[in-house]
Amino acid sequence: MAALTKEETEALIQEVLEIYPEQARKDRAKHLAVNDQSLEKSNKCITSNRKSQPGVMTIRGCAYAGSKGVVWGPIKDMIHISHGPVGCGQYSRAGRRNYYVGTTGINTFGTMNFTSDFQEKDIVFGGDKKLAKIMNEIEQLFPLNKGISIQSECPIGLIGDDIEAVAKKANKEINKPVVPVRCEGFRGVSQSLGHHIANDAIRDWVLENRDGDDSFPTTPYDVAVIGDYNIGGDAWASRTLLEEMGLRVVAQWSGDGTIAEIEKTPKVKLNLIHCYRSMNYIARHMEEKYKIPWIEYNFFGPTKIAESLRKIASHFDETIMAGAEKVIAKYQAEYDAVIAKYKPRLQGKRVMLYVGGLRPRHVIGAYEDLGMEVVGTGYEFGHNDDYDRTIKEMGNATLIYDDVTGYEFEEFVKRVKPDLIGSGIKEKYIFQKMGIPFRQMHSWDYSGPYHGYDGFAIFARDMDMTLNNPCWKQVKMPWKTDDSSKVAVAASA
Amino acid sequence: MPSVMLKKNAEGKLVFYVPKKDLEEVAESVEFDSPDKWGGEVVLSDGSKYYFDPLDAQPDFPITLRAKRLDSGE
Repeated sequence: MAALTKEETEALIQEVLEIYPEQARKDRAKHLAVNDQSLEKSNKCITSNRKSQPGVMTIRGCAYAGSKGVVWGPIKDMIHISHGPVGCGQYSRAGRRNYYVGTTGINTFGTMNFTSDFQEKDIVFGGDKKLAKIMNEIEQLFPLNKGISIQSECPIGLIGDDIEAVAKKANKEINKPVVPVRCEGFRGVSQSLGHHIANDAIRDWVLENRDGDDSFPTTPYDVAVIGDYNIGGDAWASRTLLEEMGLRVVAQWSGDGTIAEIEKTPKVKLNLIHCYRSMNYIARHMEEKYKIPWIEYNFFGPTKIAESLRKIASHFDETIMAGAEKVIAKYQAEYDAVIAKYKPRLQGKRVMLYVGGLRPRHVIGAYEDLGMEVVGTGYEFGHNDDYDRTIKEMGNATLIYDDVTGYEFEEFVKRVKPDLIGSGIKEKYIFQKMGIPFRQMHSWDYSGPYHGYDGFAIFARDMDMTLNNPCWKQVKMPWKTDDSSKVAVAASA
Repeated sequence: MPSVMLKKNAEGKLVFYVPKKDLEEVAESVEFDSPDKWGGEVVLSDGSKYYFDPLDAQPDFPITLRAKRLDSGE
C-alpha cells in the first residue's frame, strides 16, 4: 500500500477519534499527531506524560515497575526486596531478561524474588518490624549480597511506614548499602516517575559512597555505560565495541551491573547514555556535581553505530578516534554481509512501533539499514524531550501516537496496513490473530542481543524470520474467503 | 519558582533545563553576562522569559539555580 499523505493521516486520526465521547476525544486528540520534520519542538504537535483516560486500554506500567523492574532490578549483586504484598514482585519476576554473570542465589540475585509478603496485620500494625527482620534473615541466608534495596509497593506509602529509618538502622548493623526507594505504584502517571525516583535514590544513597576515596586507579579513557539493561545480552554486545576502540568501561548501569560499579561511576571521564528516558536524571546530576559530561548514543544498526562511535571518540584523543575507525572497518565485512543477505528480503516493508524508553526512535536506523520504513511510532511513557528527538528521525506524514490505547492502535493498523508491528506482549496476540507479523520489542521476543554489530545480525535475522514466515499466508478467516473461491465451490457442487 | 539546571552546550550557548517540565531550551540572551555579574532576565529560544537574581560572578556551569517565570506561561 502506498504511503498515506499528510491529509489522509490527519483524516485517519479524526476518524479514529470519532468514537470517543467529547471529553475523551478532546484529550486523546492531543496525543496523536502527524509527523512534521520542520517542527523544532514537539510540544507544538503532541502532548505527553499525562494521566491516561479512565476506561481506555493503556499499556503503561507503574512507578514500582520503573524502579524495581527497570533501574534497580538488574543490579545483580544486591537483593531487591519487593516491600508489600507478594504479587507485584512475583508477577514481574525475571520477565525482562536482564542477563548477568554469576551464580544465582549465591553471589547474584537477578532472577530471584524477595518480598516481605504483606498480610492484613502488617497493614494494620505497620511493616517496619517485619522489614528489619527480613534484613537479618537475608544476611544469614545470602551472606555474599553486596547491599539491599527496599522497593516500596503501594501499601507502604498508604500506611506511611518509615522505611528510611529501618534502612539507616540496617545499614549500620550489616555495614552494607541499604537503600529505601519510595517507588509506590500510585506515584506519577506511568513507570517514568519510577525511573526518576530510582535515579534520585541512587543519587541520595549510593553515588556519594566513595567521594574522597581515590584508591580506585583511573585512566583518561574511563567511561560508564548508562541506561543499558543487558536485555538478551545487549550491554555485552555494546561493551565489546567500546573496549575495542580503546575505552575502559568502568560501570554498566544497570544490566549485569554491580553496586561497586555504580559507586565508582563518579570517577569516570564521560557518561554514555543509551536509554535517555530512564537515566538522564542521574547523568545530569553527575554533570553538575562531578562535572562529568554525558552524551547520548545509539547502537542499533551499522549507520547509527558508526555515527555514535565517532561521536563518542570525538570526546577523547586521536588514539580513540583511530580506534573507532578501526572498529568500524573491522566489522564492515560482517555487517555488509548481513545487509546483502536480508535487505533484498525486507526492502520496502513498512513497520509500526509502539514501545517505551528509547526504542521508538533508536531502532528506526536499524530498520532503515535493512531498507525498511517506520511509518508509525509512539512511546508508552515518553516525555516531550523524547518526542523532540523523534521528529527528526521519522519521515514526514508518518503517525506519532503517545500512550496509544488498544482501540486506537488496532484502528491505525487496520488502515495503515504495516508489514510488521513491533510492540509488547499485550499487543502480540491481537495482531498475530489479525494476520500481521509481530515482534515483541520489549525483550526482543526472547531473542537478542540487538545492540552493536553482533546484535544487528540477530536483529536482521529475527525481522526476516518473522516477516517472511510462510505461516502468515495460512491465516485466513473462514468468513473472509474471497468470491473466487465461492464460485469455485459452487461450480464443483 | 522552578529549579533550573543550566549548562553550556558544545557551541558555548547556555542550555536551560527544567526537570519537572521536560523543558530543554537554548537561552537566546542573558541580561547580565559579564565576568563580574551574571543573571537578570533570560529569554529562551521559544520566547519565554525567566528571571535570575543577579550573581556577583559567573557561576560554575553546570549549576542548578532558582528562577522566576516572568511571562504567565502557556
